Amino acid sequence: MHTLFADSFATLGRLDNVTLVMVFHPQYLESFLKTQHYLLQMDGPLPLHYRHYIGIMAAARHQCSYLVNLHVNDFLHVGGDPKWLNGLENAPQKLQNLGELNKMLAHRPWLITKEHIEQLLKTEENSWSLAELIHAVVLLTHYHSLASFTFGCGISPEIDCEGGHTFRPPSVSNYCLCDITNGYHGVEEIHASPTGSIPSTESVCEVEALMEKMKQLQECRDEEEASQEEMATRFEREKRESMFVCSSEDEESAATRDVSRHFEDTSYGYKDFSRHGMHVPTFRVQDYSWEDHGYSLVNRLYPDVGQLLDEKFHIAYNLTYNTMAMHKDVDTSMLRRAIWNYIHCMFGIRYDDYDYGEINQLLDRSFKVYIKTVVCTPEKTTKRMYDSFWRQFEHSEKVHVNLLLVEARMQAELLYALRAITRYMT
Amino acid sequence: MEKMARVTTALGGNTLSGRTMFCHLDAPANAISVCRDAAQVVVAGRNIFKIYSIEEEQFVEKLNLRVGRKPSLNFSCADVVWHQMDENLLATAATNGVVVTWNLGKPSRNKQDQLFTEHKRTVNKVCFHPTEVYMLLSGSQDGYMKCFDLRKKDSVSTFSGQSESVRDVQFSIRDYFTFAATFENGNVQLWDIRRPDRYERMFTAHNGPVFCCDWHLEDRGWLATGGRDKMVKVWDMNTTRAKEIYCVQTIASVARVKWRPECKHHIATCSMMVDHNIYVWDVRRPFIPSAMFEEHKDVTTGIVWRHLHDPYFLLSGSKDSTLYQHIFKDASQPIDRANPEGLCYSLYGDLAFAAKESLISSDSNRKPYIGDRRHPIFFKRKLDPTEQFEYISSSSALSVFETDVESGSMDWFVHTAKQYALAGRPLAELCDHNAKVAKGLDRNQVAQTWTMLRIIYSSLGNVSSANLNHSMGKGSAALPLMNSFNLKDIPSGLGSESRLDRSKGESRTENILMDSSSTLINNEDNEETEGSDVPADYLLGDVEADEDDLYMMDHENPHAEEQEYSLPQEAFPLRHEIVDNPSALDHLQDKADSPHVSGNEAETVSLTPVESFSLISISHSLYENRLPSDFFSPIVRDTLLFYAEQGDVQTAVSVLIVLGERIRKEIDEQTQEHWYTSYIDLLQRFQLWNISNEVIKLSTCRAINCLNQASTTLHVNCSNCKRPMSNRGWICDRCRQCASMCAVCHHVVKGLFVWCQGCSHGGHLQHIMKWLETSSHCPAGCGHLCEYT
Repeated sequence: MHTLFADSFATLGRLDNVTLVMVFHPQYLESFLKTQHYLLQMDGPLPLHYRHYIGIMAAARHQCSYLVNLHVNDFLHVGGDPKWLNGLENAPQKLQNLGELNKMLAHRPWLITKEHIEQLLKTEENSWSLAELIHAVVLLTHYHSLASFTFGCGISPEIDCEGGHTFRPPSVSNYCLCDITNGYHGVEEIHASPTGSIPSTESVCEVEALMEKMKQLQECRDEEEASQEEMATRFEREKRESMFVCSSEDEESAATRDVSRHFEDTSYGYKDFSRHGMHVPTFRVQDYSWEDHGYSLVNRLYPDVGQLLDEKFHIAYNLTYNTMAMHKDVDTSMLRRAIWNYIHCMFGIRYDDYDYGEINQLLDRSFKVYIKTVVCTPEKTTKRMYDSFWRQFEHSEKVHVNLLLVEARMQAELLYALRAITRYMT
Repeated sequence: MEKMARVTTALGGNTLSGRTMFCHLDAPANAISVCRDAAQVVVAGRNIFKIYSIEEEQFVEKLNLRVGRKPSLNFSCADVVWHQMDENLLATAATNGVVVTWNLGKPSRNKQDQLFTEHKRTVNKVCFHPTEVYMLLSGSQDGYMKCFDLRKKDSVSTFSGQSESVRDVQFSIRDYFTFAATFENGNVQLWDIRRPDRYERMFTAHNGPVFCCDWHLEDRGWLATGGRDKMVKVWDMNTTRAKEIYCVQTIASVARVKWRPECKHHIATCSMMVDHNIYVWDVRRPFIPSAMFEEHKDVTTGIVWRHLHDPYFLLSGSKDSTLYQHIFKDASQPIDRANPEGLCYSLYGDLAFAAKESLISSDSNRKPYIGDRRHPIFFKRKLDPTEQFEYISSSSALSVFETDVESGSMDWFVHTAKQYALAGRPLAELCDHNAKVAKGLDRNQVAQTWTMLRIIYSSLGNVSSANLNHSMGKGSAALPLMNSFNLKDIPSGLGSESRLDRSKGESRTENILMDSSSTLINNEDNEETEGSDVPADYLLGDVEADEDDLYMMDHENPHAEEQEYSLPQEAFPLRHEIVDNPSALDHLQDKADSPHVSGNEAETVSLTPVESFSLISISHSLYENRLPSDFFSPIVRDTLLFYAEQGDVQTAVSVLIVLGERIRKEIDEQTQEHWYTSYIDLLQRFQLWNISNEVIKLSTCRAINCLNQASTTLHVNCSNCKRPMSNRGWICDRCRQCASMCAVCHHVVKGLFVWCQGCSHGGHLQHIMKWLETSSHCPAGCGHLCEYT
C-alpha cells in the first residue's frame, strides 16, 4: 500500500482523495493509477493541456467540481491557456466540436451514430484524427465514470482546492461521509461505529435474505427454465423499471464555482433509454463486446491503452474477497454480475445469456435507486442514499460497489462510442 | 460477377467446379459450415439460419431453418457446424447458452432436434467428432466444455478449464480421443475425452484471448492458434512440450484459422476487427500472405474450405451480409506486387544488396558507383518440386559493394576499443593514455581531442581546487602548493614538480612520472614526512586560513558533507593501487546528486600533478584567465556530437564515460542512450564482449545500465512434483513442500544451493564444504562418493 501511495504521489504530485478511498482495493488502485497516468502523461496523440481540458469538460458535464478544480490546476500547470477556462466557447474550435460527443456520451450514449463520428473526422481545419478521437473518447468516458465515483463515494475537495478547508464541502453532494482528508484511518473509525440508528436486527436480516436468495437462485437455476419469450420480456421489464427507479428528491443545487462555465446545454441530461417512444435497438453484447471488438480497435489506434483498460475492467469485474458484510466465504460472483448487467441494462446493453429476473431478486429498491443515481445523474447523489442501501455492509464493500459502477459505466459508454467508430471505419 | 474463371479439379471421381460468386444474405453471418459432399453450405447468425446449395453459377437458398413467428434466442447462433459423417445433422451454439441440434431428415418444417441447456453463458463453439456420429462437444463463456451423446438427453461429461471462458474447441482429426480448447486468458489445453477430471497438457499460447485453433489435416501434431495479439502460431504437439514452430504476424486480431487442404504449410485466416480481407499464408513465409481475398466490405466471420481435399475453393461469410465463394485463381497475390529487396551493411563497411533477378538485370546498364568495387554474385534458389504452390520465381541476385581495403579496415576500431582506458585512473591520465592510443593508430585528430580534454578539465580543476583551498594536504600535497606557486607566478606544472623534488628528492620524482600507482605509494609515504613540509608551504601560499585550521582539517578530514565522497576516493587509489575505479564512485555521486563535484575534480587532478608539463604554457594561461570548466562544456558537447555525426561513436562514448558527470548533463539522455546502444552494438558485432560489458557497466544511462541485468532469472523446478516454482525458490506452491533441503542440517536452503552431480544430494554451500573436508561420502547417506572441487 505504501509503495502504491508513493507511486501515486510521484506521478500526480499529490495524494488525492480518490486514491485514498480507492486504496480499500489496492489491486484495483494500482491498475487505475497506471491507466490514468498513461492517459494523462505518457505518449499519446493529444497534447497534454488538451487532455486535462477534456477531463474538465467531462467532469463538468456532471458538475463535479472536485475533478474540475483538480484538472484546472493541472491544466494551468502544463501551460494551458487560462482563457479557455472561461467556457467552452473560448477553447479552440476543435475542442468545441467535441462538446456534442461529450454531452451524448455522458447522458445518452446510445444515440451516438457513425454520423457523429463522421462530423468530427471529416477533413477540414479543425478535424480530429482517429487516434486523437480514441484518446479523447477514452478520456471522456474515464472522467464521466470517475465523476460517478466521486459523487458515489462523496469525495471531498482537496485541501488546497477551493472549499478544501471548510468543513462543509461545497460540492453538490452535501455529505462528506468518507471525509478522507483526515486520512485512511478516519474511515476505519467510522467503521467501528454503527451506521445510523437502524435497529441492527432488521439489518442483519437484510444480509441474510440476500444470501438466501443467492443460494436459491444458484440451486433452482437448473430446474426452473424460463421460456425464451419470458427472458426477453424480463429484460424489457428491467429496462422499463429502471426508468421509474428515480431519486425522489430533485433538489436543484446550483453548481458551485464556475463549473457550469465549462459546459453548455445544461438541460441535456440522462433520458431513460427508449422512454419517449423513440425506439433504439437493443445493443447486444454478443455482437460487439469489449473483449473481442472494443479492445482490438482501441489497441490498434492507441497502443497499450486497450491492454490497460482490459486489465482494469478485468480486475474490477473479478475483484472479490469472498465476504459479504459479516459473512465469509461467500461466492459473490452472482451479485457482482447482477450489478454489472443492471448498469449495462440501463444503457440498453443486453446479454443474451443472462436472466434479468435475477436482478430483481438480488437488488432491492434502495440499492437500485443508488446505482441509477450514481451512474446516470451522479450529481444528485446524497448521503442518505449512500447510507440507505446495504446498511450492514462495510464501507470498503460500498466502495467496491462503486468501482463496479464506475467500470461498468465506462465500458458501456466506450462500447457505444467504439461501435460508432467501427461503423464509420467500415 | 466480373470474374468468370472456371476451375475444375478431379477429386477421385468427384469434381468441384464453380467461379467466384456471392449472394446476399438478409442479415450478418456469424459462422458458416459445409456439408460433407461440398454441395451445400449453412449460414448462421443472430438473425439468419439458412442452407444454401452451391451451384455452378450461384448460391441457391435451399432451406430456412429459422421458423416460427417469434424466433427465440435459440436461433441466435454464435456458431454452427455440419456433421462430416451424417449430412442430415447440424449443431448450433446459441448466444444464450443453449446447444441445439437439427435433423434435416425431419418431415416437419421445424427441424430442431435436441436442446441442451446446460451452459450458463453464451456457447462460443460447437464441434462434432470427426468420425463418431453421436459425439458433440461445446465450449462456453462460463469456462466449461461439455461433451454430449446425441442419443442421451444430457451431457456425458463436463470439462472444467479452470481458467476462464472457452473460445474454441476442436477435436483432433488424427487422435480419436484428443481435443484442444482455447481460452480467453491465452491458454490452450489438450484433453482426453475419457478423462474429464484433468487436462492432459496446458500451455500459454498467446497474450490475451486465443480466439481459434485448428488441427492440421495431415500432420498429427500440428495445431494452429490465432489470438487477439494478432498472431497465428503453429505448435508442434509431438514433443513433450508444445513447441512453437511457426508464427505469422497479421495486422489485426485473428478470428478464424483454417488449414488449407492438400497444402502442408498453407493456412487461411480472417480477422475479428478492422481488416476485412481473408489471407492465405505460407507459414514458412510469415511476412507476406501468399494469397488474399478482398471481396468483403465488413469483417469476415466465417471461413471454410469447400471440400476436405480441394485446396482451390474457399467459402466465407461476413458481417456485411454476404456469402462468398472464392476461387484461388482469382485471389490477389501480394507477392507479385512486392519487390523483394534486401540491404545490409557489414562490419567492415561493405554493402550487400539483394533483389529479384529481373530487377537487377534491368538495372545493369546503370553505371556502378565510382570508388566502389562491385562483386555481383548471383545464385538461384532451388525450386522445391514438392511445393506446387510456389508461384514466385525465387531467383535473386546478390551484389556486394566493397569499400577500399584501407579505408574499410576496421582494425583501428578494434584496437582502440581494446586499448582505451575508460576508468580506473584519474582523468588526466586517462586522457593522456587515450591520446597515446589514438596517436599510435594515426588518428591525430582524436588524439588531439583527448589532449585538449585533459587540458580543459584537469587544468581547470586546479582553479577550482584553488578556490576550494582545502583538504588536499595529506594524500596529495601538491595542491596547496600549486596555490602558493601561483602566487609566486610560477607555472603550476613545474611548481608541483619542484615541490615534490623538494620534499622527496630526485629518485621519487621519477617514480611519479612512471606510473600512477607508484605515485600513490609515494604519496602514502608522504603522509609521514609531510608534517614538516606542508605547514611551511601553507605559509607561503595561503592567505585566508590560518595554519592551525588547515592543519587540523588535513589530518582529521572533518568536512562532514564531503566525507562520504572524498574519503573513499582518496582511500581507494591510495591503498589499493587502482583496483577500484574512481569513475564508479562518480556514479555513486550521480545518484546522490552531489553538490561537491568540484571538490572531487580537484582531488582527481591533484593526484597527478606531474603529467602536465608539456602543456605548461597553455594550462598556465587558462589558469590565469580563470575560466570555469563549465565554460567549455558547449564546445566539448559539440565535439562529441561531431564525432557521433561522423560515425565515430566510439570516441563520443569513450569521452562521455571518461568525463562522466562533467559533461553528462550537457547532452540529453536520449542521445546518450543512442550512442551507447550503437557503440555496444558495434562492440558486440566485433565480439568484443568484455569491452562491451565494461561500457555497459560504466554507462550512467539507466536504460543501458540495466542491459546486463536482463534475463538474470534462474528458473527452478520443484524436486517433488517437477513443476516450476513460481513464487519463491525454496517452497513449492503446489505440493507445499520445501524443495531443497540441506543434507547436512536438514533445513531449507534459501540461498546458494550446492549439489553433487552424481547423487543429486546437496545443501548449504558452507555445510557441504565442511562435511566433505572430513568425509568423502555423501552427507545424505546414500553411499555415493561425492566430490567437491
